[in-house]
Amino acid sequence: MTKLLDIQNLTLRFKGKRTVHAINDVSLSMEQGETLALLGESGSGKSVTLKALLGLLPPKRTEIEGKIEVNGTDVLSLSGKKLQKFRGGEVSMVFQEPALALDPVYTVGHQIAESVMRHKGVSKADAMSTALDMLDRVRIPSANRRLHNYPHELSGGMRQRVMIALALACRPRLLLADEPTTALDATVQIQILLLLRELQKEFGMGVIFVTHDIGVAVEISERVAVMYAGQIVEEGTTSEIIKSAQHPYTQGLLAANLHDVERGARLNAIPGAPPSLETKPDSCSFAPRCPHVTAECRAALPPVFSPAPRRRVACVKAAPAVAAE
Amino acid sequence: MSATDLSPAIKPKTAAPESRDKGGPAQPLVIVRDLQKHFPVRGGILGRTQAMVQAVDGVSFEVKKGETLGIVGESGCGKSTTARLLIGLIEKDKGEIIFDGQGLGERLSLKDLRKDVQMVFQDSYASLNPRLTIEDSVAFGAKVQGLDDPNGRARSLMARVGLDPDRFAHRYPHELSGGQRQRVNIARALAMSPRLVVLDEAVSALDKSVEAQVLNLLSDLRKEFGLTYIFISHDLNVVRYISDRILVMYLGEVVEVAPVDSIWREQAHPYTRSLFSAMPSMDPDNRTQEPPLAGDPPNPIDPPKGCRFHTRCRFASEVCKTKVPKLMGLSGNADHLAACHLHDATSGHPKAGQGVPQ
Ligand SMILES: Nc1ncnc2c1ncn2[C@@H]1O[C@H](COP(=O)(O)OP(=O)(O)OP(=O)(O)O)[C@@H](O)[C@H]1O
Ligand SMILES: Nc1ncnc2c1ncn2[C@@H]1O[C@H](COP(=O)(O)OP(=O)(O)OP(=O)(O)O)[C@@H](O)[C@H]1O
Ligand code: SF4
Ligand code: SF4
Ligand SMILES: [Mg+2]
Ligand SMILES: [Mg+2]
Repeated sequence: MTKLLDIQNLTLRFKGKRTVHAINDVSLSMEQGETLALLGESGSGKSVTLKALLGLLPPKRTEIEGKIEVNGTDVLSLSGKKLQKFRGGEVSMVFQEPALALDPVYTVGHQIAESVMRHKGVSKADAMSTALDMLDRVRIPSANRRLHNYPHELSGGMRQRVMIALALACRPRLLLADEPTTALDATVQIQILLLLRELQKEFGMGVIFVTHDIGVAVEISERVAVMYAGQIVEEGTTSEIIKSAQHPYTQGLLAANLHDVERGARLNAIPGAPPSLETKPDSCSFAPRCPHVTAECRAALPPVFSPAPRRRVACVKAAPAVAAE
Repeated sequence: MSATDLSPAIKPKTAAPESRDKGGPAQPLVIVRDLQKHFPVRGGILGRTQAMVQAVDGVSFEVKKGETLGIVGESGCGKSTTARLLIGLIEKDKGEIIFDGQGLGERLSLKDLRKDVQMVFQDSYASLNPRLTIEDSVAFGAKVQGLDDPNGRARSLMARVGLDPDRFAHRYPHELSGGQRQRVNIARALAMSPRLVVLDEAVSALDKSVEAQVLNLLSDLRKEFGLTYIFISHDLNVVRYISDRILVMYLGEVVEVAPVDSIWREQAHPYTRSLFSAMPSMDPDNRTQEPPLAGDPPNPIDPPKGCRFHTRCRFASEVCKTKVPKLMGLSGNADHLAACHLHDATSGHPKAGQGVPQ
């Protein structure tokens, strides 16, 4: 079967007054119907990766190399009508910022129906009833009335649910969800996660889920990839990552978790700041902050070890000899 | 970096913060009484007002000086509206807001209130001016208020929230990641040397390590300058860590207020209990199968009579459908308030006076 997603050696730079090397040699693949959680430092390139997948970055200011295939379609070669059809049809996205996805001048029902009409070619009435059904499914109370609301009349969490409804309305093969539940309370969050799990099974839909909450990753995903400075530093099943993270950054991230922290105690932040990304990394990007750094780490990019199929760690410390000690 | 590095940046221009204190230490910084806000809902072909959303309906609480009050509750229950009323961004229909002993709209003008109160908004993108660079955005408010060296303040606060000014000062909002933008908002609020900061989902876009860094910063500033926070978040772990007391809202009303340890031990309101048990599992082999709170949130236009939670409460009885439960202290723990007939021996609920059954 064709892979749902196949990213190979993706490199992406933003040009401007200063260059930003946002993504550096990222490879990642997903099977049909898989759920992957993307974790990582703020600014590590998670959103940019998703936007690249949808061909959403400003072409003039962005330089992209490498390959992105979704269901066998070469995304980087798409443009014009074909790109429009691909976006929101085959792949759709729930954005981190509701302000970017929802148009303030149209009602939310209108916006969902519009997208359904465009991609599925159905009548306005049918599209409206799909919109209503989707609002119901994402647990918007009195969906009938909310259909006629403008985005600013909804609470933050409701806007977020509207975006999820919008993204799911055309039954995509791959859903890109950029922190879709951070604005939701725990009771609605768990309902949405269970709903996504259910729809994902029902439609055989694949999901990439960006989140900062390890608990959310555990609830939604089978697999986890961890990003740092525009690279994937570790990948594995959710269990492997939670129970035996090997990359020092992943370990630091798990340790910074707030579960059961003493109130008023100093929190365990990873010291230091991420690199500037003004130059392309040529050694381990985490070295300035890493408690296990050695001269070797600063000399070259760390090798990628693969202790098991579809499991990888980009760190010298993860070398088999060290792992066996 | 130690907290003292910031002193020159956040200190108000003229006087020490103590002298801004008008009511003395015992005077709560904020008292809210019976706050109400209903929004009109338009509809029909003429777009006429057809109904009212009861976004905030009779909310009362206090925040002591130097205290952090966490606010949690179901999405759409009125947390952000309460916050926006509090900073005078929207006008209340009814109720009182008393800031350091002075009533808003009486002895205290909106302009004066805004000098002392800052808010970090939920939607980081919508709240930044796309045409201002990050440094100018952070410095803007400080400039308007006539504080010393607004750009120096801006740069030092950027550093404190983990954004290297050399790298970020000249960027525009769209050139930042979500978490970076949210930190700009936090720096901007702090640059105006407020006494009360209302943080609405301020850290939820941050990764756990940066979140820890920002939470550490907030506790430092609080100690150093006696800041008071109102902290709205859906992340119960964060709220637990940062807050002294937690206030729980449901459908425009306060259903429970308690010191954090007390509510962590015992959730006295059935809604709070469902909320707490909906926290995600941390065990991949043992994921959540059933949502702990079933049913749909009711319509805020026509909220249920009696206890607003009765349509979804496992313990609802006849009295809950007709009689509104009062917010009152638990027996033997007067600081812990809940609005549920189960705790009121005289309510007429068949299980009244026995606490919440398991
Ligand atoms: N249009 C742009 N021009 C220049 N730099 C950009 C642009 N968009 C993003 N960046 C930079 O690229 C890097 C990656 O950004 P991205 O939005 O992917 O981060 P992220 O991993 O999603 O972070 P967060 O968790 O904070 O949302 C960041 O350093 C960001 O500042
Ligand atoms: N300008 C407005 N016009 C009409 N209704 C509004 C307006 N602003 C908010 N509301 C409604 O008021 C209610 C409370 O909204 P609010 O934003 O305060 O919720 P919230 O508790 O902050 O939710 P969330 O956790 O989702 O951010 C919601 O039903 C919302 O739809
Ligand atoms: S390669 Fe070296 S510096 Fe990088 S994470 Fe591994 S041990 Fe740390
Ligand atoms: S008053 Fe009745 S319905 Fe409301 S929370 Fe208590 S038991 Fe449940
Ligand atoms: Mg992002
Ligand atoms: Mg809100």
